Amino acid sequence: MAGGDDLKLLGLWSSPFVLRVQLALSLKGLSYEYIEEEALVNKGELLLKYNPVHKKVPVLIHNGKPVCESRVILQYIDEAFAGIGPSLLPADPYERAVARFWAAYIDDTMLPVWNKSSMGKTEEEMAEGKKQSLATAGVLEGALRDCGKGKPFFGGDSAGYVDVVLGGLLGWVRASDELHGVKPFDPERTPLLAAWSERFGALEAVEPVVPDVSRLVEFGKMWKARLAAAAAGASN
Amino acid sequence: MAGKEDLKLLGLLVSPFVIRVRMALSMKGLNYEYVEEDIFNKSELLIKLNPVHKKVPVLIHNGKPICESLVIVQYVDELFAGRAILPTDPYERATALFWAAYIEDKLSPAWIGILKAKAEEERAEKVKETLAAIEHVEVAFAKCSNGNAFFGGDSIGYFDIVLGSFLFWFEALRRMYGLEIINTSKTPLLAAWAERFRGSVEAKEVVPEADKAVQYANKLHAATAAAVKLVSSE
Repeated sequence: MAGGDDLKLLGLWSSPFVLRVQLALSLKGLSYEYIEEEALVNKGELLLKYNPVHKKVPVLIHNGKPVCESRVILQYIDEAFAGIGPSLLPADPYERAVARFWAAYIDDTMLPVWNKSSMGKTEEEMAEGKKQSLATAGVLEGALRDCGKGKPFFGGDSAGYVDVVLGGLLGWVRASDELHGVKPFDPERTPLLAAWSERFGALEAVEPVVPDVSRLVEFGKMWKARLAAAAAGASN
Repeated sequence: MAGKEDLKLLGLLVSPFVIRVRMALSMKGLNYEYVEEDIFNKSELLIKLNPVHKKVPVLIHNGKPICESLVIVQYVDELFAGRAILPTDPYERATALFWAAYIEDKLSPAWIGILKAKAEEERAEKVKETLAAIEHVEVAFAKCSNGNAFFGGDSIGYFDIVLGSFLFWFEALRRMYGLEIINTSKTPLLAAWAERFRGSVEAKEVVPEADKAVQYANKLHAATAAAVKLVSSE
């Protein structure tokens, strides 16, 4: 690692957005101090100081300067530490544009419908979310097929930007079956994505970083119960 | 001026997202073929080249499509030499990208929501969201501009075009609803910046008159009303 670089990551163990940053740092072989938001006494103050606009993790603090928003952080890491470890984004500008397009698709189109399918306010909304989730998974499967061109990752022979953006969701993808009875990357409907999940999850830089599925399931169940209680309380 | 590149842009004259791309191409001194799409009757080419979203802008470079306005702007910036659109320093780039993401995620859906609101209550909600978001942007401008004329320095850059492309629509909303999103008392820095942006050579080239936006909004509302009538008459 470059001399004199001080890297800290403000995170939350269950956050897929934080996981993305951890995956990127791990893939590039960069060391950093991880600060768990849940363990902080003064988390409100710290977040207000480093991310006054959103007050959310992840926040990467590089030599005292904060960088926020997971995809912005990923690009920053790639640029600020170019030449250290593998590059996340491809070298070719057109391929970079394609990678950025799919990263935006994952966050702006896929994630909202996933959330709708598990956290929709009504049964109808959740059913609609589930239908839409199937459609978006299908689109992403097509992307892996067309962009990947038979290669193991979105980034080609090795994991790159899109793999990390999608990979952040891996813990929740695995937990989803037990929590919601849904496999986001069903091996029958989306075989390439299912295979990609296994392959990406098994990478040396990835495996130790992804949170434990049983812990996520427990957290998810507790969250669902809280939402249900709030809804019941509200309707009284 | 850059050498001859095969560039085609599928667009809509009143789309701020398209305007961002046109400004970026103009800043690089690039020539391109412009094709105006009819959003109410999308071309086969558009659907073929942007099957995922079926939206403009789509930049076609040497036959290959690039979609999503911010992705296109970054592509143009990285590929073509000349004036830098994004800052060159990684930290400053991250700051510019952060604020562009904020504009896209918080400000954009809010003001577009004002236009698309089906009831007064919904519109009032969206107005509130818009005004809250623009306050954050005012603070951002104070911090990022460092006393300079624009967000990135003394000339127009990435964040200026991301936000500036909305200004003629803000004026349209003022004419339609009497709403001032940027004003001299609440957001003085942005108000002064907006004047400079509007008066710039880069903006004057591609930004249409606010009236065009008002006309488009009326067309949109008429189309929605017709659709609603059709459904309720069944």
